[in-house]
Amino acid sequence: MTNLSTIPDAGAVAKPTASAGAPRESRRVNPLGGVAHLSLFLWALVTVGPLIWVFLASFKTNEEIFLDEPFGLPQSWALNNFGDAWSEAHIGQYFLNSVFVVLISTAGTMLLGSMAAYVLARYRFAGNRFIYYLFVSGLAFPTFMALAPLFGIAQAMNLLDSYFGLILIYIAYSLSFTVFFLEAFFRTLPHEIEEAATVDGAGHMRRFFQVMMPMAKSGLVSIAIFNIVGQWNQYLLPVVVMQSESKYVLTQGIANISVSAGYQAEWGQLFAALTLSILPMILVYAIFQRQIQAGLTSGAVK
Amino acid sequence: MRHGKYPFIIGFLAVPVALYAIFVVGAYLQMFRLSLTDWSGYGAFKDVGFDNFVKLWNDEVVWTALRHNGYLLLLLPIVTIAIALLFAFLLNVGGGSKGGMTRGVWGSKVYRVVFFFPQLLALALVAVIFQRVYGPDKSGMINGLLPDSWEPWLFLADENWALTCILIVLIWQAVGFYVVLFSAGMGSIGQEIYEAAALDGATRITLFFKITLPLLWGNVQVAWIYLGIAAFDAFALVNIMTVNQGGPNNSTQVLSMQIYLNAFKYSQAGYASAIGVVLFFLALSFAWLTLRVTRRDNATA
Repeated sequence: MTNLSTIPDAGAVAKPTASAGAPRESRRVNPLGGVAHLSLFLWALVTVGPLIWVFLASFKTNEEIFLDEPFGLPQSWALNNFGDAWSEAHIGQYFLNSVFVVLISTAGTMLLGSMAAYVLARYRFAGNRFIYYLFVSGLAFPTFMALAPLFGIAQAMNLLDSYFGLILIYIAYSLSFTVFFLEAFFRTLPHEIEEAATVDGAGHMRRFFQVMMPMAKSGLVSIAIFNIVGQWNQYLLPVVVMQSESKYVLTQGIANISVSAGYQAEWGQLFAALTLSILPMILVYAIFQRQIQAGLTSGAVK
Repeated sequence: MRHGKYPFIIGFLAVPVALYAIFVVGAYLQMFRLSLTDWSGYGAFKDVGFDNFVKLWNDEVVWTALRHNGYLLLLLPIVTIAIALLFAFLLNVGGGSKGGMTRGVWGSKVYRVVFFFPQLLALALVAVIFQRVYGPDKSGMINGLLPDSWEPWLFLADENWALTCILIVLIWQAVGFYVVLFSAGMGSIGQEIYEAAALDGATRITLFFKITLPLLWGNVQVAWIYLGIAAFDAFALVNIMTVNQGGPNNSTQVLSMQIYLNAFKYSQAGYASAIGVVLFFLALSFAWLTLRVTRRDNATA
């Protein structure tokens, strides 16, 4: 599993290795180099270690998990843990639930967020700044602050235990950052092209969808990745909104399996479920590593 | 720009503003209203004045939770930033200088990719993984690695260490993100600055404190704010990992857990709202403080 995540960088690694002769010389000169390497290597080990351990344990029986060396290879590579995780623990169902919710809510966040951000960045009207600061002020407060009233609102609107409700709430709580980021982004785009489009007779709608959106592509991609990762990893909101087990999203489902694994002592099944939820992330990360790093840090670099 | 400007503006703003107003602003406003009631979470309620706040003042568990948030708020940023700065420096400049060019250690790209990965995992997932890593018997990863003759460490079941175990998981997940963030910042520091300093005979430790750190100060401030927000939350970790949601004996209790427990377990949603109101003012002062500090820095810079 570690190999996978390093594949996209094989090309990039080749660069420093090409000049490997030179650094070796300079390393001999300063003893700090050894310590540097050691500390970096140790942290890499600490980062990957638990994941490898989970991966190995997902092929083990309960006895092996309790009695054998944690990083020993499994005796038989039993695959039935994965079958159990899929059918009995419903990890596949939770996974698809998450995919469904995040697809729609991220698309909705991007559409509504960019619409609001565009109007706030490019049009002058009374109340513009008020609405902008209303959105931005949401950044100052943690999501869990108003948990009880949020539950009350969802309850009153009959949105509890419904994907529709969860999606609306995801979008609402993602708008602060999306509007904040995209408003600044739309501001930096040149006015000339937009004006040219106006002269050519393009209306407000066409200017937004056919002129501004394509120009804002890099910003839109960054913030879309930010929202996908954020909503995929959301745990607090689904715990409040989704109550029936068959509708759980992945994070809830995993937490739930962890509790029942404790009761029934089915540790192999839990580790298999964990592996099944980690592997797709590694795959996606291997392919989109650069974009993901850029997207997630985009909020902080400004 | 003349015709149809206002219908367009309203058409584009209506849905996002409505959603935000209902679920975010609406929830915040109702929080103030509900904090003065005995609402259980379902059905009717009556006004109780400031009873919830009086109760809050005398609630030792809430004070404990607040103290634990303070502990995380203090240590999570300091430790994470220190480790991330060190690694980012080693990855970018640690390879020493040759012909006046500073460079990162060998394999720095791979390290960056590996370090960053935990950031992608849901905190809930990380919580489940580390609950097993910290397993209090031989099935736990750490206890499994320790010699058989040793007594198993209790980790999360040990009152004195449980909160530190949570802190370590938060650090484990966060470091990679800030290594990448700081690396990006260090990458934009011009080579010629290092060259000049190297010509003057500066050691790498001097380079770090006299050049890298001052030029990265903006990034460090952003990191501080982000980590502060993470330290305020910690809900997923405490809810999933700890004994009895915040135990043992409230040794891992935090404010997010208190709000959740009061709202959904103890049927005291009014009281949970009162805790939210206190948090509102704490978050506001935190935001005000950061704005002030960053502004003063900008003014002097």
